Amino acid sequence: MAMLDVKNIHKSYDDNEILRGVSFTMEKEETKVIIGPSGTGKSTLLRCINQLSPPDAGEVWLDGEEITNPATNINKIREKIGFVFQDFNLFTHLTALRNVSIGLEKVKGMEKETARKRAMDELCRVGLDAQTKQYPAQLSGGQKQRVGIARALAMDPDIILFDEPTSALDPELIGDVLDVMKSLCGKVAMLVVTHEMGFARNVADEIIFMEGGVIVESGPPKEMFTNAKTQRAKEFLGRIGALYGGG
Amino acid sequence: MTTDFAQFFIDSSPDLINGLGYTLLLTFISIAAGFFLGILLALGRVYGNKIINGLCVGYIEIIRGTPLLVQLFIIYFGLPAIGIIFTPIQAALIGLSINSGAYQAEYLRGAIQSVEAGQMTAARSLGMNKLQSIRHVVLPQALRIAIPSWSNEFIYLLQYSSIAYIIQVTELTAEGKFIAAHTFRYLEIFTMIAIIYLVLTIVSSEIIDRIAKRLSIPGVGAAKGIGQRNT
Ligand SMILES: Nc1ncnc2c1ncn2[C@@H]1O[C@H](COP(=O)(O)OP(=O)(O)OP(=O)(O)O)[C@@H](O)[C@H]1O
Ligand SMILES: [Mg+2]
Repeated sequence: MAMLDVKNIHKSYDDNEILRGVSFTMEKEETKVIIGPSGTGKSTLLRCINQLSPPDAGEVWLDGEEITNPATNINKIREKIGFVFQDFNLFTHLTALRNVSIGLEKVKGMEKETARKRAMDELCRVGLDAQTKQYPAQLSGGQKQRVGIARALAMDPDIILFDEPTSALDPELIGDVLDVMKSLCGKVAMLVVTHEMGFARNVADEIIFMEGGVIVESGPPKEMFTNAKTQRAKEFLGRIGALYGGG
Repeated sequence: MTTDFAQFFIDSSPDLINGLGYTLLLTFISIAAGFFLGILLALGRVYGNKIINGLCVGYIEIIRGTPLLVQLFIIYFGLPAIGIIFTPIQAALIGLSINSGAYQAEYLRGAIQSVEAGQMTAARSLGMNKLQSIRHVVLPQALRIAIPSWSNEFIYLLQYSSIAYIIQVTELTAEGKFIAAHTFRYLEIFTMIAIIYLVLTIVSSEIIDRIAKRLSIPGVGAAKGIGQRNT
């Protein structure tokens, strides 16, 4: 049984059907990258998975539990699903350290001191040992996003959803964030919406190409980059490869 | 002349201090009670369902749409007709609190709504429930944002608590009237009282400023004044 099983998700906003039947699975510690044109529903899909925007139809299963079932305690489930946002969404009134420890304290009920130590460890892991006392407004974009990743990691999630984690960053800051993400590879499952083709090629176990609210094609990066079956995927990968290529 | 004035000031001071006590009592109690009422109303407006939101809007609009003086008259002179009797100070405390609650609710609502939606999203994504997200993430930011309007409200209450003299509360202004009625030294007594209010206003806004500075966090609450009464 797959760790994450997304079954035939449909989601509409008003009369617009954004997701029109999306299905895929993820195993423990797998990394999958979702690519696709703007407005295709990639963010919507991530928000459907952790029920920030519950789908209209379809099911999401995590560890054998149906999280789309209204009877499940969604707060408990969300502890296991990290979310990293394009625009960081760090808690602006808390230091980097408190941003990471607050979930441990308030959600996991950890002792303040234990939570602090754990948050320290996570911040070291993303290379921010020196910034623990700084507020988000005092951090660079790349540092903010690494705090965002540490905040998600600290909760010991089964999977982390990344919604264009580097899109809001200056080009010279992207590398640090991607390096942190690469270092997580194989330690926690990652579902990453990104245009960073270098990351997709080198790190992903699978690339999922979405367009118009459906998965058009998916497969291992090698196959997708050299030998995509659908014309649309070929075109898109060609275009985006030229824009965001790199190793 | 100066010694005469000093003597007059000394003679009046017990009454003035008594009045000052009531003025401060009215101000502090109603700002605090109004604050708690305001938070509840603001949360009801932002997060409540249609019914709760409607009740909160109704309360706020009725209170803000009627003069404070009329509210005090209803509480003090009106309610006894249906068997509810308050002493003057009770009536004034209740009136000022429910009045300030409505205004504070609007400042706090503006402050809550000015906290970015992504903050709530991030809190919920961590697994916090709605209440935890409000308490640990939204309110700490909103309250900081609301400080400038809240500071104005404090000064407003400090000065407009003087309206309580009309329902026989012996606060500062009432004491002044009492002394003046006996001595006919209106100019001197009310100049004195004006100075007292002025000093209180300057001192309290300085104190609030310092508290705000101590609580300030880079990147939070840069916005000046969500709204305030026109005084
Ligand atoms: N809360 C919402 N209410 C109404 N429409 C929405 C909402 N969220 C998303 N949409 C619409 O759904 C469509 C898909 O949006 P989504 O953000 O999922 O796309 P995306 O693939 O992530 O695009 P991008 O690459 O630009 O981030 C868009 O047309 C968007 O306007
Ligand atoms: Mg998106």
